[in-house]
Amino acid sequence: MTSEPQHWSFLLGKLGPDSIPNEPIVWATFVVVALGGVALIGALTYFRLWGYLWKEWFTTVDHKKIGIMYMILGLVMFTRGFADAIMMRLQQAWAFNGSEGYLNAHHYDQIFTAHGVIMIFFAAMPFITGIMNYVVPLQIGARDVSFPFLNNFSFWMTTSGAVLVMASLFIGEFAQTGWLAYPPVSSLAYSPNVGVDYYIWSLQIAGVGTTLSGINLVVTIVKMRAPGMSWMKLPVFTWTSLCSNILIVASFPVLTAVLALLSLDRYVGTNFFTNDFGGSPMMYVNLIWIWGHPEVYILILPLFGVFSEVTSTFSGKRLFGYTSMVYATAAIMILSYLVWLHHFFTMGAGASVNSFFGITTMIISIPTGAKLFNWLFTMYKGRIRFELPMMWTVAFMLTFVIGGMTGVMLAVPPADFVLHNSLFLIAHFHNVIIGGVVFGVFAAINFWWPKAFGFKLDPFWGKVSFWCWVVGFWFAFMPLYILGLMGVTRRMRVFDDPSLQIWFVIAGLGAVIIAVGIGAMLVQFAVSILNRDKLRVGGDPWNGRTLEWATTSPPPDYNFAFTPVVHGLDAWDEMKRKGVALPSTGFRPIHMPSNTGAGIVLAGIATVCGFALVWHIWWLAAVSFAGLIGSAIVHTFNYKRDYHIPAEEVAATEAERIRLAAQGA
Amino acid sequence: MSQSVTADSTGDLTARYFDLHEHDHPEGGSTMLGFWIYLMSDCLIFAMLFAAYAVFGGNYAAGPSPRDLFDLDLIALNTAMLLFSSITYGFAMLEMEKGKVGATQMWLAITGLFGAAFLAIELYEFSHLIHLGAGPQRSAFLSSFFTLVGTHGLHVTFGIIWLVTLMVQVAKKGLIQANKRRLMCLSLFWHFLDVIWIGVFTFVYLMGMLR
Repeated sequence: MTSEPQHWSFLLGKLGPDSIPNEPIVWATFVVVALGGVALIGALTYFRLWGYLWKEWFTTVDHKKIGIMYMILGLVMFTRGFADAIMMRLQQAWAFNGSEGYLNAHHYDQIFTAHGVIMIFFAAMPFITGIMNYVVPLQIGARDVSFPFLNNFSFWMTTSGAVLVMASLFIGEFAQTGWLAYPPVSSLAYSPNVGVDYYIWSLQIAGVGTTLSGINLVVTIVKMRAPGMSWMKLPVFTWTSLCSNILIVASFPVLTAVLALLSLDRYVGTNFFTNDFGGSPMMYVNLIWIWGHPEVYILILPLFGVFSEVTSTFSGKRLFGYTSMVYATAAIMILSYLVWLHHFFTMGAGASVNSFFGITTMIISIPTGAKLFNWLFTMYKGRIRFELPMMWTVAFMLTFVIGGMTGVMLAVPPADFVLHNSLFLIAHFHNVIIGGVVFGVFAAINFWWPKAFGFKLDPFWGKVSFWCWVVGFWFAFMPLYILGLMGVTRRMRVFDDPSLQIWFVIAGLGAVIIAVGIGAMLVQFAVSILNRDKLRVGGDPWNGRTLEWATTSPPPDYNFAFTPVVHGLDAWDEMKRKGVALPSTGFRPIHMPSNTGAGIVLAGIATVCGFALVWHIWWLAAVSFAGLIGSAIVHTFNYKRDYHIPAEEVAATEAERIRLAAQGA
Repeated sequence: MSQSVTADSTGDLTARYFDLHEHDHPEGGSTMLGFWIYLMSDCLIFAMLFAAYAVFGGNYAAGPSPRDLFDLDLIALNTAMLLFSSITYGFAMLEMEKGKVGATQMWLAITGLFGAAFLAIELYEFSHLIHLGAGPQRSAFLSSFFTLVGTHGLHVTFGIIWLVTLMVQVAKKGLIQANKRRLMCLSLFWHFLDVIWIGVFTFVYLMGMLR
């Protein structure tokens, strides 16, 4: 699509026949997606699953189901983001010796932008939010989060943002600006079409969900801990989640504000980030990285927690240096606010400013290094079981250390002047994000899947996936380090120097190996679901240490029939050592929140509103915004938001659990 | 993995490790903390807008400056409206504590009227500036001025919508616990906007006149 849709009509805004991208690749994708979508809708209708989905999932306020829905959203968007990645790898391996490759500039620029946006906002964020949602209330012995309806609403707002990003593939275009949409290229003068508007509104809508879920989890951890669980008895994953969510609350509003200013520049004609009338594009770069740097710690901190839980569980020891782990996490949380300028040393802030931010950046490696030694000392003299979660953890340690060291290299301002914007940087952050976040998510999935579904994941396909991922990662990104050192900049579409091609071919091969790894993981899920009866496990399949293993797999709606009382770190391990008998009588009715459709309705209206704003359909934007406020107000008139699970039902559920435990399941 | 915990007996240990006589937690026990944290996140949005004003506030682009534009008498009147509305909201909360529905509603209505007066004056100021050719597009200074003050005004607008909603809910259900909690949240919100306005008044208007 190269024509500029500058027409505007009252009814449809900028939307017109030329809004459909003129790209065979997009058409083919659309046909596949449409067929898949029709097949899915048909199957759901044929098997009469809509009612079940609506009642049990879409309207649920159960943190466990919402957590699982977040994981599904993350997985779907991760696949989309990976499709973008492999298209880029193919283009870059191809476009040599005068060849233009197979992607035109307009399409290629959208792909690298969409890849970054989707992987960070709609794959990594749903993954970590999903894991925290599922695990944190269980680990602190709670029955749900503090605000269960808000949790459902947050999920659907995140989904709404994802829907808008996906819509941009087939209606209009996505931004061609890179994942942070720096002005002036993201200004109206240089991006006159709807791409940047899709970017803005999808992130704004998803950002509401992220901020609210951050508040929700902070309050949950502060207020809902089991009796006796003082701060230094908090499971380490819950600690890292707390720090991560504090970072969410303290940084996502910054993103909201800076994107609002950008949208004012685009929609109202203000002069914040323009080059004239007193505006300054550099202000945008500063503001967005004040959100952007904490964001990478938002992603990695919960996974540091996952690695801690996995290491101590599979080494059969309590975590080495729990206290130092907590302080290291808190130190990283605070330091992450003091380093944002290292993303643009080349802006020209001067030697003193650059030195300050270079040094703060290097300081972060100290608490991070302390964590690594803690994990190693936890393993030392431990009885290590190399199950899949532990394998991912070891792979993380080896991979992440390399990424950390190249990070310290980039933190040296003079070195950064050479490496800035090069493929070395790309290799560095994929090294830490894949090696840290992605491997951590996979460790978490393999670790907590049995808790969520009551059966383990198939180890064979898990190992195939593991080895393909690890090997593929090294093949895909080590060449980028080399290319970066040779001076190749990021986001290039065609190349002149034929000597570079071999490295891009190797990187492309690595991407293919990773694709096999993703495929093997999907096979692993399918095989495990098919063989679930053979893989069935009880409440505590890994000989776990924290409270989520004290209940059944999957846990009942109410998590715990009786709230556990905590006397020390690793509360469940202590109960097992002391041989505490689970209560078998005296069950009471349990107070629970009711399901509600308000979240999905509000988020649906928000999607329409976002779409209308993207396409300048003002009447629809006004109507849907009024509808959004009106629906929210109507929802507040519903005062009946809870119910009690009768004591008999609790007793029946627990009797079944005792029966299974007696069978040694 | 076999269960190392058997469930055939209950004893002192069980009572030590489980809360066997648990009662329902009071509904909404986390709401005030949650709302506080929300307010702090909102405060950060304002912090960004203040930062933008601090950076851009002197970039007039050869256009008008605060001294050419601001009418301190009008702003003083406006500030008084908002400060009075905070006081009257406080009276509403005192009446709520006494359980007097009518008096609470009356003070809430007065609060809403002060808020509306504040908004009316602000809209008058904005339209006046735009009429003078000093709209948000004129310079980075005016962009950041309109955005900071306008965002605050937008918050007051939503506060008034919320206030009216709560008045209807109090009229329907009376001063039940849930409604009291909601009034407490709006109270925090309303006073928070007051605090932000004091920042705007000082930082934008008073110090702007000194530039």
